[in-house]
Amino acid sequence: MDLKKRLHILKRKYKYKKMAPAFNALHTFLYLPDETTHNGTHIKAADDLKRTMNIVIMAMVPCLLFGMFNAGYQHYIALGEIEAVSGGFFSSEFWTLDNFLVGLVKILPLVIVSYGVGLAIEFLFAVIKKHEVEEGYLVTGMLVPLIVPVDIPLWMLAVAVAFGVVIGKEVFGGTGMNILNPALTIRAFLFFAYPTWMSGDKVWVHGAVERDQAIAAGQNLDAISGETILGSLAQGKEAGYEVMDMFLGFIPGSVGETSTLLIILGGLFLVFTKIGSWRIMLSSVVGAIIMGLIFNQVAASGWITDSSKFYGLMSAPFWEHLIIGGFAFGTVFMATDPVTASQTNKGKWIYGFLVGFISIMIRVFNPAYPEGVMLAILLMNVFAPTIDHYVVQGNVKKRMKRLKVKTA
Amino acid sequence: MEHIELFFKSIFIDNMVFATFLGMCSYLAVSKKVSTAVGLGAAVIFVLAITVPLNWLLDQYLLQPGALSWLGAEYADYDLSFLSFIMFIATIATMVQLVEIVVEKFSPSLYNSLGIFLPLIAVNCAILGGSLFMQSREIPTLGLALNYGVGSGIGWFLAILAIAAIREKIRYSNVPPALRGLGITFIITGLMAIGFMSFGGMLTGGDDEAPKADEATQVEASKEDLNKEKVLANNIKVNE
Repeated sequence: MDLKKRLHILKRKYKYKKMAPAFNALHTFLYLPDETTHNGTHIKAADDLKRTMNIVIMAMVPCLLFGMFNAGYQHYIALGEIEAVSGGFFSSEFWTLDNFLVGLVKILPLVIVSYGVGLAIEFLFAVIKKHEVEEGYLVTGMLVPLIVPVDIPLWMLAVAVAFGVVIGKEVFGGTGMNILNPALTIRAFLFFAYPTWMSGDKVWVHGAVERDQAIAAGQNLDAISGETILGSLAQGKEAGYEVMDMFLGFIPGSVGETSTLLIILGGLFLVFTKIGSWRIMLSSVVGAIIMGLIFNQVAASGWITDSSKFYGLMSAPFWEHLIIGGFAFGTVFMATDPVTASQTNKGKWIYGFLVGFISIMIRVFNPAYPEGVMLAILLMNVFAPTIDHYVVQGNVKKRMKRLKVKTA
Repeated sequence: MEHIELFFKSIFIDNMVFATFLGMCSYLAVSKKVSTAVGLGAAVIFVLAITVPLNWLLDQYLLQPGALSWLGAEYADYDLSFLSFIMFIATIATMVQLVEIVVEKFSPSLYNSLGIFLPLIAVNCAILGGSLFMQSREIPTLGLALNYGVGSGIGWFLAILAIAAIREKIRYSNVPPALRGLGITFIITGLMAIGFMSFGGMLTGGDDEAPKADEATQVEASKEDLNKEKVLANNIKVNE
């Protein structure tokens, strides 16, 4: 008897029992359900929630694999064992097994903890609330390892995931009803609860923190001069990396957000499959460019001098903002979350524009939070229902007018 | 520039609801529908814009240490600031009543749209908070005080508008029964405050060299104090 049959039988056996949702979830995760409906008219469509989620995960897989290679690459560069390769995306020195293994050992546990804790809580809530397990966590669980530093302790991740899933999602009733993006809630929790592990110039390269402590303890090691790009720009220095490297992703950063190229590919895939909203992605890029241009103009016209703390980031060319930090990743995978973004088309334009606009504004004006994208998206999540409300009211008014004209 | 900065600061950085958690009672109670939330928010802007400048005048010419010097030199060292609370509340209550009467007489439509909210917010802590913050932050001019009042009001307005829209949206959500109503509203408020933390610390730490100098002198001063205390202690010991 094969697994499929056995699961069908188990499912029937446990029907109406307490653990039924858990079995059903396992079953539908692996196979299609065996029941069919018998009456009524139905629309047959292939893209259910599970399919949607899987497509988003597929769009993220290149970023994850690249992140694994990059983790090892940055680690060995920091150790001084390999030279930095510049420009070439297909250089054989980057795609080595050694690099991959370091990344795999560090990043696979992140993925496992994220899915393990998150899905355990989802199962628990499904059993208590007696509804089916929802697939919503599949994407969140994949996003979370991609937006944390490589060396984040696993227990911190577990605590944050528990917080994000329970407070960010389950208290609102589960998938599709949350207000803030759960993955970003998890990251914000980590960011505010454990700032030493989430920001600064040491955390982005594997092993940097321990080496730093070892040096402080008196061991003779080469220190890692790991200044982040945003950090050095804020101090008015050069970025320290070539533009092509920043675009392709050969830079330190959160696991999956460094390679703008792969993120763009993932974004195109999402747009092509009509899962992600191109309106939000486009308008957010436009918003960021406009804010960047304004800042460039302010810096160029001499309103502020180089003695100002904001001068460095303000005078950075506007397009550089698009390829450094988490801007691209946030725009493509976070801002387009169909649950927490605006639902109306006009609302999506406004929402996306403000996400881009505010994230560059926070990045420049707020020395405490060099990465503004996360907080900008959370802020716009808060205001998305308001935007929708007024767009809908506007439409109602327009139609009432049209009705009056017709009847008059 | 000063005006723009204070305006931005009072709306976003020192947001009445998310930074100081003031005015929570009406914020939680009257945020079930967007239309009523807009009414209350407008009333708060209105009242703050009137009472903060008024209380600024009161503070400047009556309450501050030395504020009474316009009466004559012998009043110059009077300090009536212990009366701030009662004076501010009295001003707010009378002003709200007065404004209500005037608005009812001259603009019934505005009166109707503000409705019950106008008298209701006479006792809103955000209103008193606005005046007290104005006093403790030592806002220098009447124009800035007006600016601060309007800005704080707009910040509060934005907060109640956003939560009302969210509460309208989650009306269809399957919130656990124990959390329905106020419970989930509190959780939403906390999550919204995380969103608003993006502005925390913004604009500070820029070009101000002066506060650093102040800090240095303060440290020096405290060191001197410490030395004096040590000397005193030594003297006492010697005396014993």
